[in-house]
Amino acid sequence: MSIYREKVIDHYKNPRNFGKLDNPDIEVKESNPLCGDDIELYIKLNTNGSVADVKFSGKGCALSIAAASVLTEIISGKKLKELKRLNKKDIIKALDLPDPGPTRIECLLLPIKALKLGLTEYLKREVSNSKS
Amino acid sequence: MKLKGINVEAIRKDFPILKRKINGKSLIYFDNAATSQKPRQVINAISKYYSLYNANIHRTIHKLGVEATEAYENVRDKVVKFINAKHREEVLFVRNTTEAINLVAYSWGRANISKGDTILLTEMEHHSNIIPWQLLAKEKSANLKYIGITDDGFLKDDEIKEYLDNHPKILAITHVSNVLGTINPIKEIVRYAHKNGVIVLVDGAQSVPHMPVNVQDLDCDFLAFSSHKMLGPTGVGILYGKRELLENMEPFQGGGDMIKEVHLNYAKWNDLPWKFEAGTANIADVIGFGAAIDYLNKIGMENVRAHEVDLTSYALNKMSEIENLKIYGPIDVNYRCGVISFNIGNIHPHDVATILDSEGIAIRSGHHCAQPLMERLNVPAVNRASFYIYNTKEEIDIMVNVLKEIKEVFKI
Repeated sequence: MSIYREKVIDHYKNPRNFGKLDNPDIEVKESNPLCGDDIELYIKLNTNGSVADVKFSGKGCALSIAAASVLTEIISGKKLKELKRLNKKDIIKALDLPDPGPTRIECLLLPIKALKLGLTEYLKREVSNSKS
Repeated sequence: MKLKGINVEAIRKDFPILKRKINGKSLIYFDNAATSQKPRQVINAISKYYSLYNANIHRTIHKLGVEATEAYENVRDKVVKFINAKHREEVLFVRNTTEAINLVAYSWGRANISKGDTILLTEMEHHSNIIPWQLLAKEKSANLKYIGITDDGFLKDDEIKEYLDNHPKILAITHVSNVLGTINPIKEIVRYAHKNGVIVLVDGAQSVPHMPVNVQDLDCDFLAFSSHKMLGPTGVGILYGKRELLENMEPFQGGGDMIKEVHLNYAKWNDLPWKFEAGTANIADVIGFGAAIDYLNKIGMENVRAHEVDLTSYALNKMSEIENLKIYGPIDVNYRCGVISFNIGNIHPHDVATILDSEGIAIRSGHHCAQPLMERLNVPAVNRASFYIYNTKEEIDIMVNVLKEIKEVFKI
């Protein structure tokens, strides 16, 4: 049962920042059709471009929910360019996990995928807004 | 019927893979509905073909080719006996159950289904018995209709009758559900369908490996099943079809071996069954499948079924003692095969499967290629443990203990 350590179960049973935000700057949904998991991320930014508030909702296995929960902790207060550098290692480290193996890594990656997708959409919007 | 019982200990010695350790634990293989393990007799038969008489079959003069042809065609005779087909022309070698169903949807379907016709399926079909018909229905502007299921996992009797009374062109139905384990009353359904002039294709992927199946008794028009779920290699499937139907069907694929004569502008098809076996066959694996049939015959299919009934009722009892564990499908083992799908509370099946795997126990988790059924059950996914001749009650005990531990880990 090595990957289901205390920290994963804790984040799964008591997810941090679970819920939704009104008028977020970033709102994104990503899903994994294989598992039927889906994660929605809501992020509000400060004027200096750092994360002011973050929430997530969705359903999934213990790994994807715990990964989403811990991700919200990691990104709180961080600048956008720092978010871009986040990868699976940050999640694995934060959850104190051993290598989850090839079949389950996708579950851990789902929240990060959602975040990256949200960032790309946000930056595209910013570029087109500054042009117009 | 007198049962001699089966010697599981001796059987286990024939399966090299059962000696494997997974994460330091002895492998417990409960994913038999996906594919079964292979005894050394099957592995050796394939190896022997490649080592001693590898050659292409049919129309060969040389010794190796004659031996290979004989071995390949002998397996056809074994299949004919195994399912009690009336004629050897009725047994076709294909790649798997999926290809067998596609063959019927293509060759029979394209000639017999027209605009507005109905193709009847059930809510418990595997995707392989849905998608070929969806493709056909789309091409022909035909309708698809599905017989619903009750909450305890049976087909709705009244809908079977009502929908068959409306004269669909074909009913494509699974013999045994790969998720619920339900054994459908195929013989009675076929009888009722034929009264209404409805052709019946039976998906036997989950039944033929686990119980005696007699096509003349069932009187089905087509039966599809796969070698790899019944101790044989992957890459071999069987389509049984009644001779008069197959005779009137156009080929599925064109190429070598399926023709009698070829001219620049026309060709004459080969006789049955070769009309439907275009190109070089999967000779080695067909021969391996023959060894699998020999192996099952030696045990006896009644004994295979009896062993699984024993294991399944034992597992159902043990598992139903676990609080918050929900079992899907019929509880009466007379109406179910050795397939047990379940969920524990709201723990995601992938978490359950991961923890079982860490203890060396292989089950399957997910939608099991039956998404419409998952929707009907209102769950995104389920866990599935499925048994075969080499499984034991001790293995079930180990799984049940781990399931209890999972509840503790997840604090439910």
